[in-house]
Amino acid sequence: MPQDGYKKPLPTPSPESKRYWDGCRKHELWLPFCRDCEAFYFYPRDFCPTCFSWDIEWRKSTGRGRLYTYAIQHRAWHPGWQDEVPYVTALVQLDEGPRLYTNLVGIDPDPAQIHCDMPVEVTFEDVTEEITLPKFRPVGA
Amino acid sequence: MTDLDEKAKAALFKKVAIVGADESDEIGIVPHKSTLQLHAEAARNALEDAGIEMSEVDGIFSAGSAGWSPTLQLAEYLGIQPTYTDSTSVGGSSFVIDIEHAAAAIATGLIDVALITHGESGASGGRRGGSARPALDPWHPAAQFEMPYHIGGAPTHYPMACTRHMHQYGTTHEQLAEIAVATRKWASLNPKAMMRDPITIDDVLSSRWITYPFHLLDCCLVTDAGGAVVVVSAERAKDCKKKPVWMLGSGEATTHQTIASMPDLTTTPAAISGPRAFAMAGVSHEDIDIVEVYDSFTYTALVTLEALGFCKPGEGGAFVSGQRTAPGGDFPMNTNGGGLSYTHPGMYGMFLLIEATRQLRNECGDRQVPDAKLACVNGTGGTLSSTGTLILGSD
Repeated sequence: MPQDGYKKPLPTPSPESKRYWDGCRKHELWLPFCRDCEAFYFYPRDFCPTCFSWDIEWRKSTGRGRLYTYAIQHRAWHPGWQDEVPYVTALVQLDEGPRLYTNLVGIDPDPAQIHCDMPVEVTFEDVTEEITLPKFRPVGA
Repeated sequence: MTDLDEKAKAALFKKVAIVGADESDEIGIVPHKSTLQLHAEAARNALEDAGIEMSEVDGIFSAGSAGWSPTLQLAEYLGIQPTYTDSTSVGGSSFVIDIEHAAAAIATGLIDVALITHGESGASGGRRGGSARPALDPWHPAAQFEMPYHIGGAPTHYPMACTRHMHQYGTTHEQLAEIAVATRKWASLNPKAMMRDPITIDDVLSSRWITYPFHLLDCCLVTDAGGAVVVVSAERAKDCKKKPVWMLGSGEATTHQTIASMPDLTTTPAAISGPRAFAMAGVSHEDIDIVEVYDSFTYTALVTLEALGFCKPGEGGAFVSGQRTAPGGDFPMNTNGGGLSYTHPGMYGMFLLIEATRQLRNECGDRQVPDAKLACVNGTGGTLSSTGTLILGSD
């Protein structure tokens, strides 16, 4: 359900990223894939940043990965997060390879509970009618 | 050495020198001066230090804090019409990298006198309504894939790298705190340093969280300050007031902009720029007398020592333990008190150059490292994105 009075910055899908954000709205994680490297990459662009091939396609991700690293944000640097500190920012390494900047949810912001390399899975948060943000939670949370 | 390294060495080894270096008249909290005043005071002081007139400056180098084109604004403000400008903008490393760029311009005969300046009102600019960084195009990657999850500066992104380092290598909060404590000891010997009262490891560990795993005392200061250095050819250096500080080696590297695209969070581009600088200088780590590395955070200094090869990856924590980098330790580092305790207006790299120059000239009084002849300087910019490494030496 879209959230009333959502105050955080929203992404503006670009021509290169529309496919990604359209997928998120359907609660699916789609990633760009280089046909020459035979590898996924992120963030979306019209070419592969590893080999500069423009022969790319989109493939659906499992939405599973591991927590590569995280930080616990104790201060709101933007009013949108005023009521949410402390919260967790994270880099998730998907099983398909790419790393995404995201929030870790479904767990206390406590270094005694959060561990690098713990298995995580995508969860979709509908923040407006148009935008759904992929976030990640510990598997089974 | 690679063929490229050989060529660079032939062109740049000991071909230019820093002959002037100084801060603005005031550093710290300076709300009554504009960023341009800080640039100008520092420029005047550094040129006086060198014994060179502003009218001789034909190349100007700067980054940040002076509008969309820092060197255009500065040249106008300073009243000069340079034939060479360089607004390289890769974060706080920019000024260190400017030395290499100035060396190339001087060595090829394009300019005679390079003036590199910095002025930033990190503490006071916001209160005037200023902003260090313009808003992003909403289609930019960070605006789409990072800012919906978090907005915050370096103190909120560098911690992600540190968390991974701690996980992978067992680096501890206590080891990071060693750097804060040792650097404060250096600051206590520097009359220009903002924070001079001694601190303990416990003080660091009990200071409030900024962003886990960084406590407040793991983080650099936010100040107002200007700084400048003057670089000339070996020939021109003969007529300057003080002995030259030679550029013996240099390297520059960039690996990413945003933290999500950082190839390996447990190192820095200094792993690329460092070896190039050492190769050009033809010296080894054991030869270095003083090390001045950007300490935006305790972690930045720790991981930089590893990336530069002073210790192996993952061994930085053990390396800095026992107050090894403090006054009297066997590894003098950040001898002005660093960004952690001396000053840090936002793009600190300039002040690494000033301190290295002073140490190599034996001008540092109580904090002078005896017989310092060879310095390793490393600036880090962006989100551990960019580095410039220099080997500087005096005769």
